[in-house]
Amino acid sequence: MEKALKEKIISGLLLVLFMFVAFVALFPVISLVVASLSPASDLMRYGLSAELFLSAFDFQNYTAIFGAEGGAYWQWYLNSIIISAVLIVLSLFFSSMVGYALALYEFKGKRLVFLLVLLILMIPFEILMLPLFRMMTSFGLVDSYLAVMLPLIVAPIAVFFFRQYSLGLPKELMESARVDGCTEYGIFFRIMAPLMLPSFAAMAILQGLTSWNNFLWPLLVLRSNDIFTLPIGLATLLTPYGNNYQILFSGSVLSIIPIIILFLFFQRFFIAGLTTGGVKG
Amino acid sequence: MSFQRVLPGQIDYIGTANYSRVFNPTFYTALQNTTIYVILTVIILTALPLIFAVFLNNRLMKFTNFFRAAIFIPALTSVIVAGTIFRMIFGDSDTAIANQFLTFIGLSPIEWRYGAASGMFLMVVLASWRWMGVNILYFLAALQNVNNDLYEAADIDGANVWQKFRHVTFPAIKPVVIFLSTITTINGFRMFEESFVFWETSSPGNIGLTVVGYIYQEGIQRNDMGFGAAVGIVLLIIIFIVSIIQLYLTGAFKKGD
Repeated sequence: MEKALKEKIISGLLLVLFMFVAFVALFPVISLVVASLSPASDLMRYGLSAELFLSAFDFQNYTAIFGAEGGAYWQWYLNSIIISAVLIVLSLFFSSMVGYALALYEFKGKRLVFLLVLLILMIPFEILMLPLFRMMTSFGLVDSYLAVMLPLIVAPIAVFFFRQYSLGLPKELMESARVDGCTEYGIFFRIMAPLMLPSFAAMAILQGLTSWNNFLWPLLVLRSNDIFTLPIGLATLLTPYGNNYQILFSGSVLSIIPIIILFLFFQRFFIAGLTTGGVKG
Repeated sequence: MSFQRVLPGQIDYIGTANYSRVFNPTFYTALQNTTIYVILTVIILTALPLIFAVFLNNRLMKFTNFFRAAIFIPALTSVIVAGTIFRMIFGDSDTAIANQFLTFIGLSPIEWRYGAASGMFLMVVLASWRWMGVNILYFLAALQNVNNDLYEAADIDGANVWQKFRHVTFPAIKPVVIFLSTITTINGFRMFEESFVFWETSSPGNIGLTVVGYIYQEGIQRNDMGFGAAVGIVLLIIIFIVSIIQLYLTGAFKKGD
């Protein structure tokens, strides 16, 4: 067979294969959007089931969210935004400084600290959740923003990641800055942090994604309806008894939007970021 | 904490009593479910992404960026949102999409959430759907680093496609294979949410009970924190042993690899 023809066939086959894969990947998301735009009567016609095509176009589900019934929903949305934003800022701030120090400074106990970070990295959060929950109870923090955020502020994965990234920073810059009379904080914030921007972007996505979609821990520490985050709030709509499917579908669609925006914004750095943290493991 | 009986306002040291209660039939069910889930997800989430990434990386492949983005989108959804959709697609009624498909190919509809095998299927499919794209990205990034000269050398030696994969591509991305299979194993043992979205905390005959779900049930719902902590420690030991064995078998400890 001619080589050009053979290549065309392979190229076509690959295209068909990935059209199928992309369809499988996107289908659930599409069916969610379809469900959110369908009248409630259509969704429940034969018990709850997804429809492939819109039978009737209907914004009823969305008007419900934007109307009076959406009150609790927007409160959850706001809670999620506050918690995620604060967590992204704080965890990037602290983890980057710890990681940077672990990479570029010599101090007593450095190896021990790094070993501890790796150790914590290997212990799943689920095993720590009961002791942590007890701590939150004894601090009297249960059912507050602080309880959700406190255990996640310094993420070992972020510390590890920033350390790996900092190892590649030019040490000579530190020396010359010192000679010029720059303080150590000045070196970090004015010189090194700008150099680390790609790593900040990658971690912003990762921490944002983790925090926005975090489920088990908020489920434990959040009790009252007006302090729920989005996933917990949406989960309460998912009972066999409730009739809140309207808000569930349109609310689910809207809940994905901020994370897509975050992702598109930092996307270029994300893939590079994944490998720096991962491949060395 | 695992050596204590924890009651509100009162904590007693009770030695290993919690541990001797851990090994009961419910725990074994949870452990069995979790283990099956781990094995299935490790196979699916390591092998398939590897194949897809190699195909996507082929120079004859078109629209790579579009497919990359499409495959990655599921990772952005929260497990609650994803679970909601999957509960619709795999609904119990005959008209749910999955059941319509089964009818179309000549099988009878299934009540997905009420059978042990179909329940496991739901959890594995949900996890695979969400994490496939992420793992493909890892492999794609690793494939970028494979030295092109090696392929040219292999071409000169007359290697076929499979030989090139076996002797050039695979050794180069082996660290990522080890990394991903280890991470997937650990994530599998931590699984709670995939089960929660389908059955909340009680599934028929415990078909969806996982070890973490068991910790949640005992520690939070029944308020027996000492016992929950003991289950947690047992889980930690299991994860530790499995990871060591896995790393040993995959040769991560060998020098010069």
